[in-house]
Amino acid sequence: MSKPSRSALAIAAALALSLGAATPALAQQKIKIGFITTMSGPQGIIGKHMKDSVELALEHLGGKVGGLQAEVVYGDDQTKPDVGVQVANDMIKRDQVDIMAGIIWSNVMMAVVPAVTGAGKIMIGTNAGASPLAGAQCNELYFSTSWNNDQSPEAMGKFLQDSKVNDVYVLAPNYQAGKDMVTGFKRYFKGNIVEEIYTKLGQQDYQAEITQLRAKNPKAVFAFYPGGMGIQFVRQYHQSGLRDRIPLYTVFTVDETTLPAIKEAAIGQYEARFWSPDMDTPASKKYVGDFRKKFGYTPSFYGAQSYEGILLIDSAVKAVKGKVSDTKAMVAALRKADYDSIRGRYKFNVNHHPIQDFYLLKAVKGGKDGAEMKIEKKIFDDHKDAYYKDCKMKW
Amino acid sequence: MTAILFFEQLLNGVQLGVTLFLMAAGLTLVLGIMNFVNLAHGSLYMVGAYLMVAASQWTGSWPLGIALALAGTLVVGMAVEVLALRPLYTRDHLDQVLATFGLILFFNELVAVIWGRASLYTSLPSYLQGHVELLPGSIYPVYRLTIIGIGLFIGLLLWYVVTRTRLGMLIRAGASNRTMVAALGVNIRLLYTVVFGFGAALAGLAGLMAGPIYSVQPGMGELILIQVFVVIVIGGIGSVRGALVGALIVGIVDTLGRAFLKPLLGHVISAPAAEAAGPALASMLIYLLMAVVLALKPAGLFPSR
Repeated sequence: MSKPSRSALAIAAALALSLGAATPALAQQKIKIGFITTMSGPQGIIGKHMKDSVELALEHLGGKVGGLQAEVVYGDDQTKPDVGVQVANDMIKRDQVDIMAGIIWSNVMMAVVPAVTGAGKIMIGTNAGASPLAGAQCNELYFSTSWNNDQSPEAMGKFLQDSKVNDVYVLAPNYQAGKDMVTGFKRYFKGNIVEEIYTKLGQQDYQAEITQLRAKNPKAVFAFYPGGMGIQFVRQYHQSGLRDRIPLYTVFTVDETTLPAIKEAAIGQYEARFWSPDMDTPASKKYVGDFRKKFGYTPSFYGAQSYEGILLIDSAVKAVKGKVSDTKAMVAALRKADYDSIRGRYKFNVNHHPIQDFYLLKAVKGGKDGAEMKIEKKIFDDHKDAYYKDCKMKW
Repeated sequence: MTAILFFEQLLNGVQLGVTLFLMAAGLTLVLGIMNFVNLAHGSLYMVGAYLMVAASQWTGSWPLGIALALAGTLVVGMAVEVLALRPLYTRDHLDQVLATFGLILFFNELVAVIWGRASLYTSLPSYLQGHVELLPGSIYPVYRLTIIGIGLFIGLLLWYVVTRTRLGMLIRAGASNRTMVAALGVNIRLLYTVVFGFGAALAGLAGLMAGPIYSVQPGMGELILIQVFVVIVIGGIGSVRGALVGALIVGIVDTLGRAFLKPLLGHVISAPAAEAAGPALASMLIYLLMAVVLALKPAGLFPSR
């Protein structure tokens, strides 16, 4: 390259820079979204549900988010907080993304949020529901399209309390989320808890626990076993022949990521959740129908929340007329949650978490997997999480 | 009631024990005879489980699925030995650990590429799905009894092969003194391949039987591998008898610990303390046991040399 053209380039660059500085909120032509999830390892299946849902959202929006040509950069956190932070930093610095979304795990989210918001970018969480982020550590730049971790167990506790079921046997893995789930459950369930059992994280065989449980003859079992643990626990519970004698109530255990592996062993199982693929809203029907057509399997709540993450960003970018870099205006627009949610319209609480309904779901015969989740009844109307009062945000 | 409960938990322990034994038998022979640290043994367990799913779906028959999956794992095991492990025999243990760790990653990605990352569904034939009443008030899943039966049968078979056949004699000799066996003109290379292949098939058997209880997913082998290493350290490296006894001890101690440690602790210390210490201690129990065995008998309970 010859000398004159190089200096011309430098002048042009300087001009562009100074122009950029003068009008920071210039409407852009393109939007880049950084989406972090888990793509490798046994939990990669959740990442697949999320990624496929993001792709479907882009298809529904005609490849544009808020009218801007959209590009999504995917990152794999490998379920590790440090990897998550590194991926987020790469996306912000190298890929120069405009906004971030995704993340399955609370511990990864706790590490990534400061990195993203510290760089002045907005983070749209599409699953992890760490309670500090709903409470004292809530953040202007952090939004969630999901829930707080213990809201689903709260709903299950409320349901068992209302149905006057007494003598409940409680099981969960021995780690923070396990204890949080049980705390949420006990916030609304005031009856007798026969025993609280905490098993080793990642345990495979539950026959010893099931034998102990049967000896105590409780009226119901409440359990939290996410991922592979859930497949193992539910199957072994079914094999033990207890299914018909002692009903099993769970949270985050049986969903569309695990049902294909559990199949008929899940029939009769109860779950509490804010959404289910059979939900009767136009937006949900469109999402589930098109998802099944495009990918050939039933989407899960992980996917639904990620689909919503893109719709939420789309609504805000539209409202600010493409001026994505005007963070203040973006935050104000995001707060309106002005899009057709699959769960029906909802409002954000002061902590940027949805105020939404929770339902009792039951696994029944049917569907491609031999079992599918159906909504039985509504448990909570416009349920707020237990932490928003600690959030000092005002808007 | 308590006696029945104890009996049932003992049975649960034996069932876990025989699964561990099937894994440990192959691993201990490979480690004892070939002096080779094979971290990828768990991958063969996973391969067995996946092949079982594929074969039983393909043939529509459970026994046929087992036969095909076993044969398949045997072939995969021998191929791994010939292609990947042979160049490593003369290297030190660290190289072997590195290489076989690479094999773990390879196999985990391979099954993910072929079958996807989601857990696979595994069905049981209807005659294995029910439960039987062993003692009044004690019902037990038929399938778990089947596992115990198969595991003990394989144990007997191995005992016969190792103590009563020519192959067994070579295996025992190989475990005691490899160099001498080779010097006497035995084709040690072939012996290695055969031992590795059958060890792989046993791991495959453990995996295919575990499929319907646990979840068939990439990385399933690593979850059980650590316990298997504990078993062979307790039993004594290279000893099949040690593997059987070690596996049963580990299975029973782990199961009884999970079931009864917390209530027992409740008698000694305050209830909230027992609540916290019980589960933590129960998950440590087999490692504590291993530490004690190592302190008292560093070569394990049944050292082979």
